[in-house]
Amino acid sequence: MPGYARARAETKDMPSRVDAVMLESRASVLAKRSLKADAKRTALDIVVACMDLTTLEGKDTPGKVSGLCARALSPAPGVSNVAAVCVYPSLVAVAAAVLRGSAVKVASVATAFPSGLSPLEVKLRETRDAIAAGADEIDMVIDRSAFLSGRYDAVAHEIIAIREACLGVTLKVILEAGELGSYAAIRRACDIALGAGADFLKTSTGKIGVSSTPAIALLMCEAIRDHAHRTGREVGLKLAGGIRTSKSALGYVSIVYETLGNGWLRPERFRIGASSLLDDVLMQRAKEASGNYSGAPYVAVA
Amino acid sequence: MSTTLPDLSYAPAPESTAPVTLRESYGLFVGGEWVASANATTFATHNPATEERLADVAYASEADVDRAVRAARRGYEKYWRKLRPSERAKYVYRIARALTERSREFAILESMDGGKPIREARDFDVPQAAAHFFYHAGWADKLAWAVPGAERVRPLGVVGAIVPWNFPLLIAAWKIAPALACGNTVVLKPAETTPLSALLLAQVCAEADLPPGVLNVITGDGRTGAALVDHADLDKLTFTGSTEVGKHIRRATAGTRKRLSLELGGKSAFILYEDAPLDQAIEGIVSAIYFNQGHVCCAGSRLLVQESIAEEVVRRLRARLATLRHGDPLDKNTDIGAVNSRAQRDKIVELVQSGIDEGAQLVQAQWTPPERGYWYPASFFTGVAPTHRIAREEIFGPVLSVMTFRTPSEAIERANNLPYGLSAGVWTSSGALALYSAQHLSAGVIWCNTFNQFDPSSPFGGYKESGFGREGGLAGLRAYLQI
Repeated sequence: MPGYARARAETKDMPSRVDAVMLESRASVLAKRSLKADAKRTALDIVVACMDLTTLEGKDTPGKVSGLCARALSPAPGVSNVAAVCVYPSLVAVAAAVLRGSAVKVASVATAFPSGLSPLEVKLRETRDAIAAGADEIDMVIDRSAFLSGRYDAVAHEIIAIREACLGVTLKVILEAGELGSYAAIRRACDIALGAGADFLKTSTGKIGVSSTPAIALLMCEAIRDHAHRTGREVGLKLAGGIRTSKSALGYVSIVYETLGNGWLRPERFRIGASSLLDDVLMQRAKEASGNYSGAPYVAVA
Repeated sequence: MSTTLPDLSYAPAPESTAPVTLRESYGLFVGGEWVASANATTFATHNPATEERLADVAYASEADVDRAVRAARRGYEKYWRKLRPSERAKYVYRIARALTERSREFAILESMDGGKPIREARDFDVPQAAAHFFYHAGWADKLAWAVPGAERVRPLGVVGAIVPWNFPLLIAAWKIAPALACGNTVVLKPAETTPLSALLLAQVCAEADLPPGVLNVITGDGRTGAALVDHADLDKLTFTGSTEVGKHIRRATAGTRKRLSLELGGKSAFILYEDAPLDQAIEGIVSAIYFNQGHVCCAGSRLLVQESIAEEVVRRLRARLATLRHGDPLDKNTDIGAVNSRAQRDKIVELVQSGIDEGAQLVQAQWTPPERGYWYPASFFTGVAPTHRIAREEIFGPVLSVMTFRTPSEAIERANNLPYGLSAGVWTSSGALALYSAQHLSAGVIWCNTFNQFDPSSPFGGYKESGFGREGGLAGLRAYLQI
């Protein structure tokens, strides 16, 4: 079945009905799980290995991106690489040059990030250029203007078009959940993106007030779980925006762990997009090893 | 890309028991003092997760009950009825503050003595108990406004309160907070298996300088409760527990001056319509039947699911059972703790066997319980017929009976077709269907797209054999007033 037809069939089977009270209550229980000792060490390692180290600012320069890539390759002594570095298309070539031959992927935002409001031709061109410059992964935004005006077909068609331009490249679809207005709408966007062939669902651009919350993450996990049950296709989850502390990151790990299982807690299925989170994770990791929390001066920043 | 990441599994995360200081033995709290029972007999209270003895508590005989009621009467006549209502409010408020300040200690003790997960004791029992004292403290000097049209309201006098073992502190608070705020004094009889949080509450009241006799706590078993029920000098009895004992109490108090509130058993229905938000409904079911190991009088123990989605719901519920975390109640990640007592475990086992014998299909979480302690895994039955015992009798354990229906009227008929009527859950995306269902269900509390939500301002109580009288809110307040 072509992706879009499948998207429609799925949303028809499973209407987007979500009730906020129980969703938030379950998410809150999971986000407050207590990870101690080995569980904490393992979860922190997962967070590092699944991190998309990100810089998405107008002031990004080749120097800044090179430094970030160096940190991605070797975050700290004895700590292995993160999953990817995520940059704007213009800086993909810089990142690709540093990361070539390494296990660290180059991810590029595309499709008129963060608004998504450009003609499809421009979005396709941007996607192809980023891939040509060395991007292994594309983080596209959905067209919220189309979504919120009820043109769900247009949203799906655009994802399918970008999907076709991403041959051999991982496609992460940013739903910008905080702009969609309700949990039911987020679930609908999940189902559209899943049916249209996303490799990852991603919460947010990180450019708005509400980006990732435990309830949004849980809702997306449930959509991914249901899609896997129906189609056998295991789609990943990327959380981005506002995750700055180990504690909140571990809460999200628990949500994924108890909803999707260990099969998802690896870089092929799970990512956390963040810029400053790594600092705290490295300090927490060091604390687990030494018993002391070192503080910012002891972690090399980029 | 690295695929050598280790699998995650939660390490034990036990709550420390350090905040709790257990005494070797506890006396009765009567007239503001700790006293031994008249014949110096005691009994032990155990941790149901380990079977370890936690402490000895005094066994109150008829003579001790009499002493406690006399102390309560004295406390009423000498201090409490004479106190300005605004002064009463301060005491009730002080108890609320103490509960909040010592919440961790109360939560751990409640988990140790009763087997409930620390997460629930911490996030539900203790904060709710404190909330009841806070709420009622506010009413103490505004009672005339609680009863529109009444010229004046007065306290009743001495209240006997008998509470069960499933929410020992919380249900004690449901009764003590309004009773004290309305100007009554109380003799509290906690359940035999869970006396410790009531005794800690007594200690807190003593430290709050509550006048002697205003709250008395007597520990014992059913005979102690019966002696309290039969005592001639009570103005009101309030009981939460089984329908069987409730019926006995109603007979025993008939023809006496004692007012009566009964909050009894239930076999509440959880109606799941085909347009419901399914993922949340599954969480709702988990909350309805597995909260506190199913030791909940308003537990949604009958799932009535529309036939068109029954298969999908059962599939999802089965998957969800596998992710419930059974084990040490003091572990912060535990979802399902220990069953309260050996007797209760045996009762659950017996009823589940009856379900199997009558032909229903059992689905059970795969979990090997520890050798010591009393446990029962989260379970549900499919293929349940309305005539089966597991469809009609209260199991009071983590066991759900799943049945199907075709139309809303059939669902409501099935839901109402029992002598009980404590709570009901309605799951639908249609507001009209939710209102229609609520209008036609005979239940004291009806939750829509949620379950087990409580607030001190919202009255709780039953229809039919689930009891009468309300707790919480204005209706609950009036049960402690002479209007």
